[in-house]
Amino acid sequence: MTPLVHFEDVSVEYDAGKETTLALQPTTLSVEKGDFIALVGPSGCGKSTILKLASELLAPTSGHIFFAGRELEAEPVRVGMAFQSASLLPWLSIRDNVMLPLKIVPPFREHYRAKRKGEYRDRVDALLAQVGLLDFADKNPWQLSGGMQQRANLCRALVHDPDLLLLDEPFGALDQFTREELWSTLQDLWMARGSTVLLVTHDLREAAFLANRICVMSARPGRIIEDREVATPRPRQISQTFRPEFVSIVEQLRELIVHAPAAPRFQEAAQ
Amino acid sequence: MTALQRKFASAALIVGVFVLWELICLVFGISDLVLPRPTQIVTTFIEYAPAIWPHAWQTLYTTLVGFVFGVVIGLALGVLIGSSKLAFDTAYPLLVGISSIPKVAVVPIFVLWFGAGTVPAILTAMIICIFPIVVNVATGIATVEPELEDVMKAMKASKRDILWNVGLPRSMPYFFASLKVAITLAFVGSVIAETVASNKGIGNMMMIASSMFNVPMVFAGLLVLSVLGVALYAIFSLIERRVAGWAMRKGA
Repeated sequence: MTPLVHFEDVSVEYDAGKETTLALQPTTLSVEKGDFIALVGPSGCGKSTILKLASELLAPTSGHIFFAGRELEAEPVRVGMAFQSASLLPWLSIRDNVMLPLKIVPPFREHYRAKRKGEYRDRVDALLAQVGLLDFADKNPWQLSGGMQQRANLCRALVHDPDLLLLDEPFGALDQFTREELWSTLQDLWMARGSTVLLVTHDLREAAFLANRICVMSARPGRIIEDREVATPRPRQISQTFRPEFVSIVEQLRELIVHAPAAPRFQEAAQ
Repeated sequence: MTALQRKFASAALIVGVFVLWELICLVFGISDLVLPRPTQIVTTFIEYAPAIWPHAWQTLYTTLVGFVFGVVIGLALGVLIGSSKLAFDTAYPLLVGISSIPKVAVVPIFVLWFGAGTVPAILTAMIICIFPIVVNVATGIATVEPELEDVMKAMKASKRDILWNVGLPRSMPYFFASLKVAITLAFVGSVIAETVASNKGIGNMMMIASSMFNVPMVFAGLLVLSVLGVALYAIFSLIERRVAGWAMRKGA
């Protein structure tokens, strides 16, 4: 089967004044439809760069990105994105915030005017109900806690049924309990909708709990040094994360990142 | 202090200043050629109200017309230079340069081009109030959070989509805050132009009154100006709270 997204020898260089910095070494990565992949690694290793490539916010310096077998630019990918800061629009209610993609993304945008009060509203409310926010639909973002804002942020990234859900440390700013609650919420959403997810995170427990596949990246310039399956059956429970087999996954990941071999190309460049 | 007490305190201060003023004039026997008492000013105002009214109306008219033009142009320029970093960096020095010219100095030029009267007053009001609007709108649009912009771009939103859904609503509190400043500035602009070259308007009336040593009349002019200024400011504060209440977290 053709993968949903396929990165082939994709590398990225940033222009920083006169010099160019290699942010991502030639990387090959296939994302199957319905997969849940976590990208972990040290700060600045190019995890977020991969998300930006997948969402076309950034063009690769070399290599190719294929979407369902075709060159990325030829076929518009429908992408949903969420960051650590919920960045909801303060002048809109939670419902209208979540409805925003339906106003922008084709084919929804063509019908937005006609359907925003009926079908689209039902669609948004159903999603809000799924994450337990329906009672807060008419509130403004600042009236909600950080965790609730992040739930709304997830809804906004999902409401237009994206082919690809890109999450850049979405729970990084939350406290431990809220974070674990949201892990379960995200797992439920993923299982219910069959989305394809790319998650960037610093939290190894988060990666091991949520993902089917974990890609460990080396320090900048990043490359994938380990690509492993997490076979734990679904739905996973938070309590499982304290079991020895789970803890050992996290430990192994940690070892890999801490002792990641310095990238040879980087050393050459430094000399 | 409760809100009511605070309001009472500001009102008491205003009344107190006038009472003190009256008392000082009475106690030291200050001539009304130097500083008329508040009661004299009010009496003069009431006595000459029919004559003052057309002047007040003229000033209000030139202020508002100039202000409307200023808002339209300021908003357009603000959106334009706020939407692009390049335009912002390119246009900003010129804007600062223009805005740092004392507006009194441009009135003679307007008079040269358009003759004395209404047009220079409108133009001066307009040019004086453009700058704060441009800067505020541009800042509001230019400071959209990069994450939010990425979220929008990931949805393949066009520049126009982002401007319309994020940039403009986001800059509204800045815009309305600048309107409060702009309306009072426009007022200043009109009065300046009237004092320099006009035969109508409060500014002109005050010039004539002062040349005839009718000092209470000059102060009556000031009274009218301050009442109009406060009224316009209050109206735009009210509009600001209505339209951009979200920025003040109303109902939080």
